[in-house]
Amino acid sequence: MTGRAKTVGQVIAVSAVVGLLVLLGWKLAFGNGGGASAELAGGGSPVAPDFTLPRIDPEGGDLAFSSLKGKAVVVNFWASWCIPCKDEAPELQKTYEKYRDQGLVVLGVDAKDFRQDGQRFIKRFGITYPVVGDGKGSTLGKWGVKGFPETFFVDREGRLVGTVVEGGVDLERNREQFAEGIRLALGDSK
Amino acid sequence: MSRIVIVVSALVLATSAVAAGPPVQADLEAEIVCPTCKTTLDQSNAPIAVRMKTYIRARIAAGDSAAEIKSQLVDQFGPGVLAEPPKRGFDLLAWLLPLGAVAVGAVVVGALAVTWSKRRDTGADGSADDLDPDLARRLDEELDRFED
Repeated sequence: MTGRAKTVGQVIAVSAVVGLLVLLGWKLAFGNGGGASAELAGGGSPVAPDFTLPRIDPEGGDLAFSSLKGKAVVVNFWASWCIPCKDEAPELQKTYEKYRDQGLVVLGVDAKDFRQDGQRFIKRFGITYPVVGDGKGSTLGKWGVKGFPETFFVDREGRLVGTVVEGGVDLERNREQFAEGIRLALGDSK
Repeated sequence: MSRIVIVVSALVLATSAVAAGPPVQADLEAEIVCPTCKTTLDQSNAPIAVRMKTYIRARIAAGDSAAEIKSQLVDQFGPGVLAEPPKRGFDLLAWLLPLGAVAVGAVVVGALAVTWSKRRDTGADGSADDLDPDLARRLDEELDRFED
């Protein structure tokens, strides 16, 4: 092989390695990993990832998650095509009505769904708490959502607390976790 | 002459009419990805995939074109629902990078081929013309004897 061909080959090989290292660095710096839920499961209390999404409830407009700071928030990820989401919807509405006066907000995130289907769902279950639409699923990676429904608890400081409820909050196996999450989010020391 | 023009024009119109016909459900299902399972709709029975198939059927019945239906789905679920990335903006890289890789590969293979053929012309050690005269004579003798 001539010296020139050898140099070209080396440049290509080095460029490929550098390119792969850059991709790896990018993934480590900006990749979601397991998201906030993994950090929470690891014993941390991460700041809830912020987002601004359009509301699909009758209120309309956009909702920035950061605007809820100072309130306890139950963040429920759901989709209209998800059966357990239908089963738990009345429970979430009841929770909102029960704790609203104590400064608790239930926030629905309708993800990977048609907006119109989500709006029909809201009407059908008489949901009055705010619901945003995330058809693209842009929040799922940052929050570490693995399936629907999943429910997170955020305290008044904007940090995730408790344990993520995987599956319907109405299920017997999840009731204690759900109650504990609400208690922690409200900052109730009892 | 005018008859030929009319026939050709009719053929062109007929062809374009066929090309711009209503979208085919199966084609669209093969071009749209289910947002939860990441396979094309025709390969998926996930609830959202079933819902998307129903949506596509309804939009075809309503007279929407394939491009319009795709655009509506991208608006709802993002560009990730397209099995083929769009040929514009950052997504254009998905088309150009493989072509670039093939081009670079072709250049490298070509360069190697040229280098190897040059080495062959000059011999493995670059000394084909410098063969020892005694060795060359003996080689000729052996070849002659072999041919006999």
